[in-house]
Amino acid sequence: MLFQQIKYLIVKEIKLELRNKYALGGILIYVVSTVFVSYLSFKQIINPATWNALFWIILLFASINAVAKSFINESGGKMLYLYTLTGPQAVILAKIIYNSLLLIVLSGLCLCAYTLFIGNLIGDLPLFLIVLLMGSMGFSSLLTMVSAIASKTSNNFTLMAILSLPIMLPLLMVLIKVSKNAIDGLELWDWNSLLILAFLNVIVISLSYLLFRYLWRD
Amino acid sequence: MDSSLKGRPGGAIWWKLIAVVFVLYTVIAGFLVSVPAQPILHESIRNLYFHVPMWFSMMVILFISLWHSIKYLSKSTIESDIIATQAAHTGMLLGALGLATGSFWARYTWGAWWVADTKLNGAAITMLIYLAYFILRGSIDEEQKRARIAAVYNIFAYVMLIVFLMILPRMSDSLHPGNGGNPGFNKYDLDKNMRLVFYPAVIGWILLSVWILTLRIRLQKLKRKLMFNE
Repeated sequence: MLFQQIKYLIVKEIKLELRNKYALGGILIYVVSTVFVSYLSFKQIINPATWNALFWIILLFASINAVAKSFINESGGKMLYLYTLTGPQAVILAKIIYNSLLLIVLSGLCLCAYTLFIGNLIGDLPLFLIVLLMGSMGFSSLLTMVSAIASKTSNNFTLMAILSLPIMLPLLMVLIKVSKNAIDGLELWDWNSLLILAFLNVIVISLSYLLFRYLWRD
Repeated sequence: MDSSLKGRPGGAIWWKLIAVVFVLYTVIAGFLVSVPAQPILHESIRNLYFHVPMWFSMMVILFISLWHSIKYLSKSTIESDIIATQAAHTGMLLGALGLATGSFWARYTWGAWWVADTKLNGAAITMLIYLAYFILRGSIDEEQKRARIAAVYNIFAYVMLIVFLMILPRMSDSLHPGNGGNPGFNKYDLDKNMRLVFYPAVIGWILLSVWILTLRIRLQKLKRKLMFNE
């Protein structure tokens, strides 16, 4: 039942997104132009630590922008209709999954643009892609929940950044550490950190699942 | 403790007496009782009685805040919301004091007011999270809605904070005692004399901060009463 509803809601999100393509296009252009600005400012990056940090910072702010609209732009009446039709849990899980897909596309594009302009220093591409995948999922679940919180306030776009940055730091620091390992191309994978990443994802998603039922009512 | 948190005047006072006696004892004995002579630390080791209990009390007070946020979500009484907010305010006061005492200590032992360190970063992020919590509260007008949304953020942020404080020390080394291979104080330095001051200091500061909290709650309730009478 829940899975059926989630599937239906995700399909609805994708249809809506494709119906007005300018929103999706805006986010994609945002990433590419941020990378281009960094390229013009830095010219070339040789230090792997800097390369890594800049990549994640670009992705962090692009993700905040991409996910911010997921609740903020929704009209109250439509959301109420969805909540009564399917239940709040299905809505938040569907949003998280949809935003994960969006951020996976976004981070893939970011990596391509970054490689094209600034260069590619990655030694262990499979590990880096896994980290990117888990990072997108973590960003999406955290930001979706924060976006739901911020949408209830009056100045929500400022609050989105203020509320999300401090609680995203644990995730971001683990991501930067593991992806640094991937860039260095170490023989042994750092399973411990990958486990921490998975653990963080599970915690955030279960917290969203538990807490969202108190959030949606007006 | 819960009934005293309601902030009724004329509640039990024995724990307030303990708080006063223990904190007075900490201040007097903390500066007078002899301490082990340690290189680098020297007499600054006495800061242990003030710096460490601040963080212990902050965690206790923030836990009270979390507890009442959970309680608000299940019962929806505005009293829990007042307690949760005032506890967050009191926690920030203690955090600021902890940062100030820690900063002085760092200046005289590590040579800088602030160093890039896991414990210090954890403290800074704690402050950022709760400042964001206050801004979130400030941007919602309707009382019930504000209480509900803030409670959700409080729970969400507290869990992320605990996770952060758990995983962060594993990620990098630290100068701070008790981290990254550094021994905590109790291993070598905390001799019998220091324990006799340190444990009462912890209890005294925690009780004193709960007392501050009860006063803040009473004040807030009176303000609310005044506002609704007018």
